[in-house]
Amino acid sequence: MIKNSILILGTIGLFVFAMIGLTILPKVFIEPNVEKANVYVWGRAVEGHKVYVANGCVYCHSQQVRPKGYGADIERGWGRASVATDYKGLSPHQLGTMRTGPDLSNIGVRQPSRDWHLIHLYNPRAVVKESIMPPYPFLFEIVDAEKTQREGLKLPPEYQIPGKKVIPTEEADALVDYLLSLTQRDPIKPQQN
Amino acid sequence: MTTETKQVTAAVSMESDASLRQDAKLDEKSSFVVVAFILSGSAWLLLGSLLGAVASFKMHWPDWLGDASWLTFGRIRPLHLNWMAYGWASQVGVGVSLWVLSRVLKAAIPARPWIFVGLLVWNLALLVGGVEILMGRSRGLEWLEMPLYAIVPIVFAIALAGEAAISMLYARKVKHLYISAWYLIAAFVSFPLLGVVSSLPIFEGTVQASMNWWYAHNALGLWFTPMGLAFAYFFIPKVTGRPIYSYPLSALGFWSLLLFYNWNGFHHLIGGPVPTWFVTISIAASVMMLIPVITVAVNHHMTIIGSFEAVKYSPTLRFVVFGAMSYTFVSVQGSFQALRTFNETIHFTHYVVAHAHAGVYAFFTMMLFGAVYYIMPRVTNWEWHSPKLIKLHFWLSASGIVIYLVGLQWGGIIQGMEMNNPDIPFMTVVNNTKKWLFSRSFAAILLTAGHFVFAYNLFRLMHVRKVRPAPPVTWLDIQRQRALQPKPEPVTLGKRIASAVERVGNSFKRWANDVKIDER
Repeated sequence: MIKNSILILGTIGLFVFAMIGLTILPKVFIEPNVEKANVYVWGRAVEGHKVYVANGCVYCHSQQVRPKGYGADIERGWGRASVATDYKGLSPHQLGTMRTGPDLSNIGVRQPSRDWHLIHLYNPRAVVKESIMPPYPFLFEIVDAEKTQREGLKLPPEYQIPGKKVIPTEEADALVDYLLSLTQRDPIKPQQN
Repeated sequence: MTTETKQVTAAVSMESDASLRQDAKLDEKSSFVVVAFILSGSAWLLLGSLLGAVASFKMHWPDWLGDASWLTFGRIRPLHLNWMAYGWASQVGVGVSLWVLSRVLKAAIPARPWIFVGLLVWNLALLVGGVEILMGRSRGLEWLEMPLYAIVPIVFAIALAGEAAISMLYARKVKHLYISAWYLIAAFVSFPLLGVVSSLPIFEGTVQASMNWWYAHNALGLWFTPMGLAFAYFFIPKVTGRPIYSYPLSALGFWSLLLFYNWNGFHHLIGGPVPTWFVTISIAASVMMLIPVITVAVNHHMTIIGSFEAVKYSPTLRFVVFGAMSYTFVSVQGSFQALRTFNETIHFTHYVVAHAHAGVYAFFTMMLFGAVYYIMPRVTNWEWHSPKLIKLHFWLSASGIVIYLVGLQWGGIIQGMEMNNPDIPFMTVVNNTKKWLFSRSFAAILLTAGHFVFAYNLFRLMHVRKVRPAPPVTWLDIQRQRALQPKPEPVTLGKRIASAVERVGNSFKRWANDVKIDER
């Protein structure tokens, strides 16, 4: 009923047809329109992006805001509609498809406090009581209070450890730099399509 | 057994004696490789189930196992996906596919030692890739978290099995090419291409996101789906003893699947930062998927209709029919959730997670269970020990996945509607999902328990060899035997009530006796 060659070549043909459509055409049509990056990831934030990837933040936080009239992303204050230019040169992309937690496209503007982010990473429930976000104590060091000159996290009383200080590691600082770099301050040209 | 039924059985086995002997010879040859793939995949199933359960618990008990970096949710969850998709589903899928191809093409699996070496490399790659994810060196792309030096060997191991599949296609002893073979060859041709293209380092930013979802959707659509459908097309006629309802319909289903499924990926980016016309193509293709889905559903349904009772007798058929029905369900659902209006609500919610499980578990994994229950006695020549345990496995898996889907999809729709209402604070939305996350954890316990029962069945078959399989019994035989046996007296409602009353009376008597003994 079906010849061997028709089966194999037909499968390859239909595959390549769609592959060109969904991977090559986007490269042709999207990339030339992407000029300079709107969201800069630079300096220590580049390391922070790696920490963000390593700990799988993307499985609960998206980084794409849907346009006005589609969902309530903008009404919730998550930022303006995302455009391709926002992600220029970024690899791996962290657009995400899940919002167990809120979208983070504009988190650097929505929550500019460095201390808040550090405490929230150490234990989310120290600042948001009912949060179901995992804690990241392994991004922090717990040091004897006398042994260090550095300032520890200003944790609420029930999360403090007597005689100890909670000091962010390089990774935690980098991650917070990355989160604070996620802003949509820069004006953009209206969306091409 | 009466003499008459003995005669019937003898006649049936005489009829197909030559073909049976040929199949037995083929099974003997494929035995080692097929068993190796099934056992190896089942080991990954157990590991993957435990990871899935842990990830599920962490969703509502976030502090549980929260101190170690390698146990954090964001690493356990992708590892669950990778070990399930590339360990369990792909390995057992390849093993079953090779066996089915050997049967329908009447050709022995070639290059068996090389395929086995491929399996060893594959397992090593899964282990290395898994450790890398736990160490925080994920590639950061969903479905492609394992580093290139882990995923590329896996693609090559699959390509090796695919090469064997294509050799079998050309070396086949039958002129006619059965439907299952079309689907399996398509799967074996597509996946290596998919793996190679997705590994090219030419994608970044938004284009990488498009590639990512093109890959992830096609891993389901061009790898798991054709394999699962091939198994359904093989086992339903095999067990019921009835031919496939319509060949032209199957051809339509096959080519339209390849034509439309390929284009579905962008429906994961509806409302995202990509040109609208790309998304529109994917939405159109997703809706067009109704064509292959309905043709396949009609074909399977029309084949099994009239033999539906066989589901009670054949564990294989029970799993396969559950899988085939889930395929229709999940695909129709998929077509509708690609529509912009529905997607607006369910995008970014737990609903989508449940949808993915409906595809990979309710459809594909159930199909694999059915296939394994059929194949193992034939390739090892040892029978399963306990039909009761197989039944237990079925009910644990079936009830587990139904609870999973109902809870999480209902919860996901609520989550989506609340999220699209800016007057509801985000924390309220989160709090309202918690109970559904609990229901998922309950389902995870049932599913994991089911998988351990399955593994125990496999272990007993392999190591505590007891019973030889009976000569092949088809549904046709059972029907013929039943026609010869005297009909049992029909049980009327009155008789049922009488017997229930009697039982209650008896238990009262026993209780009264116990009391008397206690008083003494």
